[in-house]
Amino acid sequence: MSAHPVATTLKGFSQALARTLVSEDAAHASGLLQGIDPRAKLVGMMSLVVAAALAHRVETLLELLAVGVGLAVVSQVSLWSLARRVWLVAFVFSFMIAAPAMFLTPGAVLWQWGVLVITANGVHTAVLLVLRVEAAVTLSTLLVLTTPWMWLLKALRTLRVPVEVIALLAMTHRYVVLLAETANQMFESRQSRMVGKLKGHEQRHVMINTGGVLLSKTMALGDEVYMAMLARGFRGEVRLLTEFRMKASDWLAVMLLLAVAAAAIVAGR
Amino acid sequence: MHIPDGYLSPSTCATMYVASSGFWWQALRRTRRQMLGRALPRLALMAAYCFVVMLFNLPLPGGTTGHALGVGIAAIVLGPWGGMLAVSLALTIQALFFGDGGITTLGANCFNMAIAGSLAAWGIYHLLSMGAGANSKRRLVAAGLAGYASINLAALLAAVELGIQPMLFHDAAGAPLYAPYPLHVAIPAMMAGHLTIAGVAEALMTAGLFAYLRRSEPALLGLEKDDVAPRTPRGLWGGLALLMLLAPLGILAGGAAWGEWAPRDFDDPAARAQIVAASGNVAAPTAAPTGLARLSGVWTAPLPDYAPHFVKSAGFGYFLSAIFGVGIILGVVWLVQLLAGRRGEGVAATAEERER
Repeated sequence: MSAHPVATTLKGFSQALARTLVSEDAAHASGLLQGIDPRAKLVGMMSLVVAAALAHRVETLLELLAVGVGLAVVSQVSLWSLARRVWLVAFVFSFMIAAPAMFLTPGAVLWQWGVLVITANGVHTAVLLVLRVEAAVTLSTLLVLTTPWMWLLKALRTLRVPVEVIALLAMTHRYVVLLAETANQMFESRQSRMVGKLKGHEQRHVMINTGGVLLSKTMALGDEVYMAMLARGFRGEVRLLTEFRMKASDWLAVMLLLAVAAAAIVAGR
Repeated sequence: MHIPDGYLSPSTCATMYVASSGFWWQALRRTRRQMLGRALPRLALMAAYCFVVMLFNLPLPGGTTGHALGVGIAAIVLGPWGGMLAVSLALTIQALFFGDGGITTLGANCFNMAIAGSLAAWGIYHLLSMGAGANSKRRLVAAGLAGYASINLAALLAAVELGIQPMLFHDAAGAPLYAPYPLHVAIPAMMAGHLTIAGVAEALMTAGLFAYLRRSEPALLGLEKDDVAPRTPRGLWGGLALLMLLAPLGILAGGAAWGEWAPRDFDDPAARAQIVAASGNVAAPTAAPTGLARLSGVWTAPLPDYAPHFVKSAGFGYFLSAIFGVGIILGVVWLVQLLAGRRGEGVAATAEERER
């Protein structure tokens, strides 16, 4: 029989998940962003994302996007994979939502065909929305791609994120792949024992049952992890080893990124 | 429902971060003590579970598919504070690694789905299952409705946040700077899919998972004893009876409630004086507005002004109306429970099949 549609989706996704969450190839490459202290990079890149959110001018957003592309090139992040995994997805999603605005926003008529009217205001709104999404997603993706996850978490402490939240995020990240893989295996084992096609309500039962068993396994795993934590000396306190040191080049980098963000905020008004 | 970067103005994002921070702080404060124990890995794993369960595309009646958020079951298992932390963590990982929801809009997304969703799910589950036995069908229905309400509340909040953008943020030419659709477009567009597809998926998933857990791990739901006798919420019934007895007190309040005037009140000088006094001394029109006069006669209530025509005493009329009103409400609730209970049995069968 043909593969269960859910199993296929989950299999594809758990592979993509493993690729995205576990692979840190770009984070360990020797590029410009990889060489900057994670705290400086976090503050600098986040200020650029905020500048993109604040920008009201198309030119400013294009410039911020260009800064993102430039940073990707000097940080050895493949533009092709960025285009495929980030730009295309963001474009399709944001354009789908922005496109009707071209027709619905009142303003000077640019093009008319019967009742369909495209207005200048509508086009401006749609372009602004798509470009803002592209710029913000590019800049935040660069931050995540060029920083090992554990370093990024430690850097979050500079933003006063409580230590418990950082420990929770680290643990969640670690087990997402395992649980997705477990769910995938459960669907595969079910599929290998089935002949014929399931009806809609039967598929629903399989899904909910799998979800229930996965929830039981999740809770059992939580208890096992707790025992392991106790065995390793966990006494209810979360401690992070932080050995970051800001060098002169890190200060320079954060100043530069903040200056670009400030300039974009002023120019984009 | 995951709002991406660029759809909300920075001031809206900042407001939503501030609103969420209060709840996050409170949630951490309440769970910090438990984190000395097994709550830490349990919260993290529940967050990972919510992430994975969002990938389950559930086939729905009618041939479509929808995916659940897992907010309902997270709130029921971990409580509202643990639930909001777990779902916030899942949303953070989604935003950081998959660009599903933005970083500037993370506060808004967490407020809608994790915070409001968890509080609604937990509140509705506990309200509707109040006094129900561990194996009662009502609990199953309550879990399903909790899931349905939580995802729809989250969608409504997201729609309102998106819908107010064009009103508040536009350039000199009137072109919207952020999300371009006003409330009257954003709310129906968002709710159509959630009231039907996504809401049903969340309800089925929450009720199904609840049924499974109740059979296999009742301790997780706080239902260790299988034979809990259904408790009648006596306090609730007592309070209701007292309120019905006190209903005639309503006639002590003179005049009509503000905005509830009858067309004839505009012609009566005494009633007009009351309208003016209650409306900040703004002059009332000399005659009933034409639209009000025309539409006010569309429906004639069987018990106008809570005074059945066959009862002479106003106080007794109020009391009878209270009994009649409460009776109708209880009847409708009973009917909904009966119908929902039958449907709930189908979902409960899921867990039974699994055991077989």
